[in-house]
This record gives sequence, structure tokens and C-alpha cells, in this order.
Amino acid sequence: MSLRSPPPILSVRPSRALVDEPFEVLVENLPPGGPVTVRSLHRSEDGDDWEAYGHYVSDHSGKVSVSEDLSFGGTFSGKQPMALLWSMRPVPGSRSGLRLRKLKVTTPMLVNISVYRGHNDFRDQTPLASAITERWYMAPGVHRVDIREEEVQGTLFIPPGPGPFPGVVDIWGGWGGLLEYRSALLASRGFASLTVEYLKPGELQTDLEFSSFEAAFNILKDHPKVLSDRVGVLGSSAGSIVTLYLAAESTAVQPRCVVCISNANCYPHESGLSGIQHLLAKKFDKIRLDENNHEIWRGIGLALLDDAPYKVDMGKIRSPVLLVNGLDDQNWPVLETADRMAQVVGAAGKAHLLYRLDYPNTGHQIEPPFSPHFRATNLAIDGTKDKAILLWGGETKAHSEAQEDSWKKILSFLRQHLYCSPKAKI
Amino acid sequence: MSLRSPPPILSVRPSRALVDEPFEVSVENLPPGGPVTVRSLHRSEDGDDWEAYGRYVSDHSGKVSVSEDLSFGGTFSGKQPMALLWSMRPVPGSRSGLRLRKLKVTTPMLVNISVYRGHNDFRDQTPLASAVTERWYMAPGVHRVDIRQEEVQGTLFIPPGPGPFPGVLDIWGGWGGLLEYRSALLASRGFASLTVEYLKPGELQTDLEFSSFEAAFNILKDHPKVLSDRVGVLGSSAGSIVTLYLAAESTAVQPRCVVCISNANCYPHESGLSGIQHLLAKKFDKIRLDENNHEIWRGIGLALLDDAPYKVDMGKIRSPVLLVNGRDDQNWPVLETADRMAQVVGAAGKAHLLYRLDYPNTGHQIEPPFSPHFRATNLAIDGTKDKAILLWGGETKAHSEAQEDSWKKILSFLRQHLYCSPKAKI
Repeated sequence: MSLRSPPPILSVRPSRALVDEPFEVLVENLPPGGPVTVRSLHRSEDGDDWEAYGHYVSDHSGKVSVSEDLSFGGTFSGKQPMALLWSMRPVPGSRSGLRLRKLKVTTPMLVNISVYRGHNDFRDQTPLASAITERWYMAPGVHRVDIREEEVQGTLFIPPGPGPFPGVVDIWGGWGGLLEYRSALLASRGFASLTVEYLKPGELQTDLEFSSFEAAFNILKDHPKVLSDRVGVLGSSAGSIVTLYLAAESTAVQPRCVVCISNANCYPHESGLSGIQHLLAKKFDKIRLDENNHEIWRGIGLALLDDAPYKVDMGKIRSPVLLVNGLDDQNWPVLETADRMAQVVGAAGKAHLLYRLDYPNTGHQIEPPFSPHFRATNLAIDGTKDKAILLWGGETKAHSEAQEDSWKKILSFLRQHLYCSPKAKI
Repeated sequence: MSLRSPPPILSVRPSRALVDEPFEVSVENLPPGGPVTVRSLHRSEDGDDWEAYGRYVSDHSGKVSVSEDLSFGGTFSGKQPMALLWSMRPVPGSRSGLRLRKLKVTTPMLVNISVYRGHNDFRDQTPLASAVTERWYMAPGVHRVDIRQEEVQGTLFIPPGPGPFPGVLDIWGGWGGLLEYRSALLASRGFASLTVEYLKPGELQTDLEFSSFEAAFNILKDHPKVLSDRVGVLGSSAGSIVTLYLAAESTAVQPRCVVCISNANCYPHESGLSGIQHLLAKKFDKIRLDENNHEIWRGIGLALLDDAPYKVDMGKIRSPVLLVNGRDDQNWPVLETADRMAQVVGAAGKAHLLYRLDYPNTGHQIEPPFSPHFRATNLAIDGTKDKAILLWGGETKAHSEAQEDSWKKILSFLRQHLYCSPKAKI
């Protein structure tokens, strides 16, 4: 009887994890010093296939470690432990302008990771080995509650355990519909989180007024498992307008701290975002096209910097504010907006309340860690059947690093202000 | 008595390590969400100051972790745990075309790592905290022996412990003089290693013939602490010519395996490298200048690919050969050379003996991990008092990753062939 070498094996550790946790992909029992391709494959809820891959060379004990080794090329190169996720893009032949987002958070994102021989096209090969890994937005024990009240529609996520917990109201921006994944992840990290539905998917119109968001804040605050004096707000893009309003102008609620991702500060109507699509449409002549005919909207925002009917008066903030922006945002003038707000805050003697993170080569869509970066995606334009492709910006590697770093810093900010007791004075 | 916050502290772990080991730099007790600059400073043996720095933002527990956090800019950006070493460059105002190399390996490289407030110029500030870290080429217990025989001058490094050990003959290329650091590091990693002095510093002329290198190989092989049938050769640049000769053509010695970094395969004289500077000088008309007037010598090598008086016949190799090259090598046509050798090896039915690693965006000087990358350095031209600046190539981040990855793969290759027993046959 002859002893053959054992077949190659591929392991992903941990095989089941939260989406913001790193994994280690290890291949063993390969021929020494041989070229292989490690590839990830995922079928989205929309039925599109997404993939990433890196070209590696096994060492002379026959191992490839994606965490430790260098990729010689593929959808990423260099030492990139998590690029099998963040460098994913639709497989060749897919529709264009796609975006990868999970709407159903009660099931995991399934990713198949395989290893193929060689550095050439792997698509017609059988993999040498493969493994499936689960990526979850909801940790075990997180409780999901539908909120269907008259003023507030949304979803509440409660962390596992007896509680009580601090809370975070989660407010998205344009065109998203009801997005649950960030709130689910916040709950997995210890914060009861309520995400509010106020924009229909594919639209930028709403009748919801600021008062509805105040009502949402109170639903969270008054929940038996939530610490009523430890509730903050996280808003992104158009949602940051509401967030800043609650932080500075609201007389009904007072968030303990707020975070704005890709901030904006202009609104059309004294009591809310109603009519915001008309406000933007008035400046549609400011839209520029890039070399791929993708629409750059930041000119709209620049025109509105001074021209908007209403702006949140940042001089009136009463609690710490963290602004997270990308230096390559092509959709909104986030830095100029943040600079203006910093001036106003400083003039009011409240500079100590404002924190800023401005990430280089990072675009508008700053998502949780390891989410694939997309520079431009499809969007239906309200009232027409046309689709446009909007340019969000960002260079994939730097943008992905910003997603990782900003998430850690946002959690650290929320923990500091919503979990910790004020420092004892002796 | 009032309780003030503790002062910032900076730690480097481990504080004393081998040069190929990573470290973790952490800063604690900073103001939350505040900008700081972490900077490394080193005074070379030549008396030049080298530095690197990254701009960070503390999280809301007041911490910065260089291993985990993102640098917003400086001499590097992004998440780069070891860039405080590999992105070092001479401080502003230094002489140009410098190179960082340690000649005295019995003492450590001392690096001061400090943290300063803010993201602006730190040079006139007092640091908030700092620490000195030691980087060693010689592990504790490595034994250094001067070799001063008639035919062979050099240094032998023996690993700690009773032995016996496999051996590696270490052969450098042009202009280096006697370089000990790679051999010292190999000994620290378990290989008795002899580095041979055959080129005077700053020169590319030698009288040493291949027979002297065969004598050096035998000195190593016959040493009481060396396993005589487990001796390999590592050569770089011009030294790879000798390495390949020993692997293929030598009748006096037979290395168990060889490694060539930035390979070359042409020699002027039947019995050695004597006269190599004249061989190169004949093709000096092939030198091109880049936009900085730095000299690109790869044209010389291209002309010699077919034109050289002698070439090692790679069809005669008798043991595994690992070729490590940079795809952006501007000094020598290493890929074309490797391609030619692969053809000859394949035609001789020995393709299974040849392993190749071709690193993208990597230049000629592939050094041990974390050595600063330099795209171009000064060189005195033989026989003249002129200095030229030679372009080696490579993009700093990719080149640094290649240095890390190639070292691990070289050690793995050497271990596999010099440490492991042949697989048992059942």
C-alpha cells in the first residue's frame, strides 16, 4: 500500500462570524512553491454573483495563508487578509452599476471560498478545496422587533441578555428604503438600535417630519430594555440632517451623542425633509459627468451650502458630535459642509464637542467593515423611468480601510458616551 | 488632592527583537478622538538621521494602535503595522542618494519611537511619550567567527545551541564589500552561514575565481558544527552568477539547494567574475536616464543576455533552485534572465527543480523584512571619482511587502531542503 500525500484542505477561521470580524483563510497540503488562486463567491439576494480572488504561491511546506502571505494580483494584491470580501465585484457578464446590500438580516451572508491550481482563469476548473463561511449581521440572541406605530415604522434590534442597554437611533439617507443591517450590527455590539423607514426604496421623497424622528427617539428611549438617558443617534447622508437637527435644535429630545457619516446640512422645509427632492432638483444643472458618464452630484450640495432654505444651527449642539467623511466623496461636499459646521461650533465656544474623521481616498458610501466598495451605482430618478449611475467616489483599498477604521472609532465613540459613567471626581 | 489623568504612554512590543520580527506600537492615555503623530527616528552608522511618521486619531478610550489603526498620512498611510521601519527615509536636509545598511551586526539598530500632539510639523515639539526599541540581526547566542584564510576572507555565523546545523553560503553582489547582516539573520534562523568578502566596498572588481567560492563552500561544509550534506547557497545580484555556477557547473561542490535574489547569468572569464566591470563597461552606451537623471542599467544586461562570453548552463542544475525577482527592477533584466533560464531548465527536463517568485512593483534591492526601500542610491564609479545615482526601482509599499513575503518563502524553501528528511516511503 502506498502513502499518497493528503489532499489540499482549505479552512476559514472562524467559519461563522459577525460581518465586522476578520477571518483567517488557510490552505494546506499544496505542492510546495506552486501557484494557486484563492477565490470567494457569493450569490446576492438579487441573484447576482459576486467574486474576489488573489493569486498566491504556496511556501515550501505547502501552505498558503491569506492573512500572512502576499497576493501577486487578482482583484487585490499585497498582504490583504480581508480583501476576499471587500474587493468583491460582480462576476464578468453581470448587469452594471450593482450594489451589494443585505436586506434580510435574520439569515447570514454565505460566502464560498475555494482554491484553484495556477494563476490563470479558474472558471472552468474544479477547485482543489473549498469551504463555506457565514457572515452575520445579527449575533446569536439579538432580538428583532417590528415597529408599526402610526408615526413610526421601522425595526428595533435588542442585544442579547437581560439589559438594560444604551440605544442608538439609526437614520439612513436617500433611496435606501428600510435598511436593517447597520442596526442589527449595532445591537450585536451592545446597543439597542431602531432603524426608521421613511424613504421608499429608490426614492428620495418623504412626508416624515422631524417630529416623527423625535417620536422614534422616544420609542427607543422609553423601551423597558433601554437606558433612557443613554440614547444616541447615528445618521448617514441625508439622514445626517435629521441627526444634526436632533442634536442641536430639537426641544423634544436630547441625544447623549450623535454620529454623522457623510454629513449634509440643508433642508427644504421648516419641519422636515419633505420636498427634499425638489430642493435638489432645482440645482440639477450643477451635476457634472465623469469620463464614464457617471453623475457627480457634489456640485448640487456646493450650491446649497449657502443657498439652502434651512440649515441646522450647529452652535446649539448640546452633546458630542462625531463627523465621519471621505475625502473623495463625489456625491456631496461633505468636507466643505463639515468645515462650515466646525466654524459655527467653534464660534459658539463648543469646539470640544466636535470630533472629525476625514478619510483619504474614501467616497460617500461608508459602510460596515469588509463591505465591497463600489465607486458608482444605479439609481432610478424620481418621477422618471430613467436610471442614472451616480458616482460615490473612493479608491477601493483606501475606502475599505476607512470602513474598518471608522467602524471601530464609531463604536469606541458610542461606548465612551453611552456606556461609560462620567469620570469620578476625587 | 485632585486626580489628574495619567500621562500618555507609548509601548513597543517586543521592545527587543530580530529585524524580521514585527512589533506592536501602542499609545495610551491620549485625549479621546485627538490627532497625534507617531514617529520613528534612527541614527545610522554613517551619522545620518532616518525617520518615518504616520498621522493617527486616537479612539474614544484614548488609544492608538499602529498595528490596528489607519494612518491618515505621513511617510505612509492606511493600516501598516511596520511602516515606521520600512517607510523610513533620511530627514529633510540630508545628503541625497543614501542607503541604510548596518555593517556592525554585533550591536542592535536603535529606533526611537515617539508620539506628538497634532498632525502638523512635530520637529519643534516635545513628544508626549517615547520608547527606544532594539532591532537585532544576531539572536542571542549566535556565534560570530572571522574567517581569514588564504583563499577565503569572510565571516561565519553559527546558530546558538549544540548543532549540528545546515549551512548556507551567502554571496552578495556589486559594491557591497563585506556584508554580514544577512548571514547573521540566517544564523538567527537556524542556518550556519558564511558570507564571503570578494568585492571591495564601492567597487565591482574582483580577482576571486569560482574556485575560491568552492573553497568557501567547503570551509562551511567541513565545519564541525555543520551538516556536510545539508549546505545550500544564497546569492543576490552579481552573487547569483556564482550561486548558479555552483548549482550547475561546479565539479568540486554540490549545494543541496540554491536561492538567487535578483538573478543574473553572465560572466566575463571562464573561471570567475574577474573583469566583470569591463564586461559591463563595454555596454555603458545602453545606460538610460530617468526623469531625475538616475541611471537605468537594465539595458546593459539586456544587451548581454545573448552577448555575454559565458553563461551558466542551467540545464545542468542538480538541485532545487529558487529565483526571487522584482518586476520593476531597473538595474538588471531579471525577468528576461529568469525566463531564459526557465526555458533551458525545461528543455533539459528539470522544470520540477525550478521555483520562481516574481514580485510586482518591486525593485532590485530585495533586502530582509522592514528594511527601508530606496528607489535609487549613490554609487562611485570604478576608476573615476564620479558618483552616479543608480535606479533600483520598486514602489515602496509593494517592495516592502515583497521583502517580507520573499524572506518567509526563502526560509521556508531552505528549511524544506536543508532541514527536513526526505519523505519516508512506505
